[in-house]
Amino acid sequence: MMYSATITNAKYSLDTISGENTCINCVFNGRHVSVPLNAENTEYIEIMRQVAAGDLTIADAD
Amino acid sequence: MSKAAELAALIGSQSAPSNKNLIINGGMQVAQRGTSQTADDNTIYPLDRFVLFTQVNAGVFTVSQSTDVPSGQGFANSLKFDCTTASGSLNSGDYLELQSRLEGQDLQRLAYGSSGAKSLTLSFWVKSNKTGTYQVNAQMQGSAKINSFAYTIDSANTWEKKTHVFEGNQSNALTNDNSRQLELDFWFAAGSNFTGGTTHTDWATRADADFANSLNVNLADTIGNNLYLTGVQLEMGEQATAFEHRSFSDELARCQRYYYRINEGSTYQRFLVGSCQGSGYANGTVPFPVEMRGSPTLETTGTASQYAVYAGDSVRTSGSVPAISSTGTNKNVANVSFAASVTNGQAAELLANNNASVYLAFAAEL
Repeated sequence: MMYSATITNAKYSLDTISGENTCINCVFNGRHVSVPLNAENTEYIEIMRQVAAGDLTIADAD
Repeated sequence: MSKAAELAALIGSQSAPSNKNLIINGGMQVAQRGTSQTADDNTIYPLDRFVLFTQVNAGVFTVSQSTDVPSGQGFANSLKFDCTTASGSLNSGDYLELQSRLEGQDLQRLAYGSSGAKSLTLSFWVKSNKTGTYQVNAQMQGSAKINSFAYTIDSANTWEKKTHVFEGNQSNALTNDNSRQLELDFWFAAGSNFTGGTTHTDWATRADADFANSLNVNLADTIGNNLYLTGVQLEMGEQATAFEHRSFSDELARCQRYYYRINEGSTYQRFLVGSCQGSGYANGTVPFPVEMRGSPTLETTGTASQYAVYAGDSVRTSGSVPAISSTGTNKNVANVSFAASVTNGQAAELLANNNASVYLAFAAEL
């Protein structure tokens, strides 16, 4: 079965050198994680799926 | 028994070829996240390479690495489910499902999607106080196909070996890359949404009602219910051969392709060495023992003050939890940033802040 992850507090983080977004920090199924912006990453795929479905919003980096 | 079957059985009884078992950690040896966790309306990895999805009304399980194993088979460990809070009735969408997920590039030997598609043989050892019919499914992700095995635990509290042959799928190929293409799904409890369908014994398009169609057990119905599982092997061919016992280091390295945890258990354990860049943060790198499946997710305790930065001859409490700090796709090393009041250009270590339970982990799970 395909399970929908519980994701909260999603927020982009910046590379302090380049100023680009480097990851999404969030709580993913109860785990505190920093997720790279990479389409091979399972957590990133799920985050983007929920964003596309309108179920999740990612806050901008500070 | 035919001559061919006799020959296959004979071959299977001899020294087994290496790499025949597609399942990693089928002997339940590797437990990087710890040897006991609570399954309570959550998703956990109770042992490496096995992910457990739990939603069984009010039911709660302790899921642990056990030393209860079938006698004389060479196993040291099993995965144990122990029901600590019961739920005699389940909601329609409830589930207790254990999965092992496999990469497509490791499955090309099966030649799925061609006339030469090979059969897969599943074998495992199981023991429970709950007799009855259980179900395990093979599922293909890309084509959404399912092939199921309903098995019976005949005798309570007795180790039993189960085997089953999944015929090759000549119609649907497995993509040759590092994505999840095939998985095994063991069902131990299920609400009505996952029954009332069909128990497919050949590859068929899946529906929710098929997943646990044959399951007539609710492992969560009584406190003290238990189930043990070990020796999970999935191999090419039509005979269940002897379990492939791999060395611990071999199994650990295979697991670390998907998860790597740094947690030596000392109060000021060092995680990485880097340098201060500016006055408020530092960067460093963590090399991995094996190349990971993909760019990994960094996992932390989530509490900044549990981490510290050692720079300029003093330990400074971290101002943020460590985070991934580069946009690359490197699978051999991770760049990690951490924050503290530091001096530009100094060397800096990221370490635990007087707390032996603090860790860094990297996950590239399927």
